[in-house]
Amino acid sequence: MKVLMKGNEAIAEAAIRGGCRAFFGYPITPQNEIPEYMSCRMPQVGGVFIQSESEVAAINMVYGAAGAGARAMTSSSSPGISLKQEGISYICGAELPCVIVNMVRCGPGLGGIQPGQGDYFQAVKGGGHGDYRMLTYGPSTVQEAVDIIYDAFDKADEYRVPVMILGDGMLGQIMEAVEIPPMKDPATFPKKEWATTGKGYGDTRRIINSLYIKPDELEEVTNRLFDKYKIMAEREVMAENYMTDDAEIIITAYGTVGRIAKSAVNILREEGIKAGLLRPITLYPFPEKEYKKLAQRKDVKMFYCFELSMGQMVEDVRLSVDGKKPTLFYGRTGGNVISPEDIVKAVKSEVK
Amino acid sequence: MATVFKKTSMLTDAPSHYCPGCTHGVAHRLTAEVIEELGYKENVVGVAPVGCAVFAYNYFNCDMQQAAHGRAPAVATGIKRVLGEDTLVFAYQGDGDLASIGLAEIVHSAARGENFTVIFINNAIYGMTGGQMAPTTLLGQKATTCQAGRDPKVNGNPIKICEMLSTLDGVAYVERVALGSVGGIRKAKRALTKAFKYQIEKKGFTLVEMLSTCPTNWRMTPKQAMDYVNEEMQKIYPPGVFKEVK
Repeated sequence: MKVLMKGNEAIAEAAIRGGCRAFFGYPITPQNEIPEYMSCRMPQVGGVFIQSESEVAAINMVYGAAGAGARAMTSSSSPGISLKQEGISYICGAELPCVIVNMVRCGPGLGGIQPGQGDYFQAVKGGGHGDYRMLTYGPSTVQEAVDIIYDAFDKADEYRVPVMILGDGMLGQIMEAVEIPPMKDPATFPKKEWATTGKGYGDTRRIINSLYIKPDELEEVTNRLFDKYKIMAEREVMAENYMTDDAEIIITAYGTVGRIAKSAVNILREEGIKAGLLRPITLYPFPEKEYKKLAQRKDVKMFYCFELSMGQMVEDVRLSVDGKKPTLFYGRTGGNVISPEDIVKAVKSEVK
Repeated sequence: MATVFKKTSMLTDAPSHYCPGCTHGVAHRLTAEVIEELGYKENVVGVAPVGCAVFAYNYFNCDMQQAAHGRAPAVATGIKRVLGEDTLVFAYQGDGDLASIGLAEIVHSAARGENFTVIFINNAIYGMTGGQMAPTTLLGQKATTCQAGRDPKVNGNPIKICEMLSTLDGVAYVERVALGSVGGIRKAKRALTKAFKYQIEKKGFTLVEMLSTCPTNWRMTPKQAMDYVNEEMQKIYPPGVFKEVK
């Protein structure tokens, strides 16, 4: 049965249904409904909720809880996510599974509280220090966000990586009819032999750590991380192709801009322009092959990337298209949102 | 032949990296002994800091997590809350870690009454990085970033953690001890035992501050360093119980 829910609350409920039993957060707009919802709901399912003293503390509580074997999560928005970067780097280094939600607003600095996509680089290139990546999703609807976060803890556990949900203010604040999946049974979750439950002693003790003083050891660990990312790239890539089969113009956008772009494709099609949409759902690993496939097609004339930034994902699009087709960019910032008409107008000015 | 002394099995056999005359070894052993004596050696998680004790996870023979600089109380909070009250949790932190970069984490863990134990090593200097001024460096004490001695007008004043934390509700027990003498070391063990017992009794946040030596960065012999703890440090940081909720 579908229920009408605000994005942030639907995401919080889906996280709990997916097994989340520890949430640590700090207030920041536009994600406050997540910690608010968690503060009520966690005690009902025997979970832990703490409003921490800072985002820094929250991510380190996630580190401790995840290291002790719990399905742990935090959420924040851009400036708060910047503060979490130290902890995220440690979590990646220590190979701890967790889920992080970023309801992106505008920056730099305090920026604004309206939707933005300026945290793409921070999310997919590793926003903290050192060599690491996160499994990163950019859902475009509340339902898609719900479905992704529901399985996000399974993915995090499988690869022992943090999973980031890169939303934006719009996704968090919008109300939509959603189907919330049933509660997963924690008894079915994989056992974590590596977790510090306190029962380890002597030969059986476990250490959660990211410090490796010997260069060869650290290189081996880093190689192991990137071997995992390679497997993720083979198995986890998700993208939506919408009317790209015969498209001459490939519009590309992620997140809420992706759904706006879909409306633009419909309008363009009505006007007889062969447009299609390639919408990455995983932002890391990036759906490189999908772009390559389209770039190789003779009938595809160009790619046109739309973002609520000055151009971040477009760099990955260009790397994937690899100069085979022109790749144009259109962006709005400051909290201004691209409309379907903006996209239609931009595309039509290139098709004469 | 009768065994009259044996090393606690809560410490591993790994050779320690600590300098000669440093009291980290003493603090490690006391902590390990108390956990073993309380019967918790297979039901305990420790958190190592950043600083000289960063390798503590190599020495404590139990499940360990290594935390980012200053964040051990947040990490310990996460661990304790998900494992529940029956598992012992401790964080081991130095003065730079706890009283400078991690001040927010320690204060708020204390205010929340998080039911874990903090072992706070105060040697008034950044040891691992080579002798820079710490938040607890004494006025007039020399460090590589206050080479003429700490001047309050330029470098600020020493922070007294036990005094500060004892004002907070949620704190069950705070004691300062000095590792500069045999008597002080014995008191330290009694304080640790109390702190861990209060944790077992779910009384709330517990912390034992240990005035410690750093002969290497103080440019002293081990003996001079012990004397410095007893004569100079104790003037600013008097040992004693600052809070105890019975």
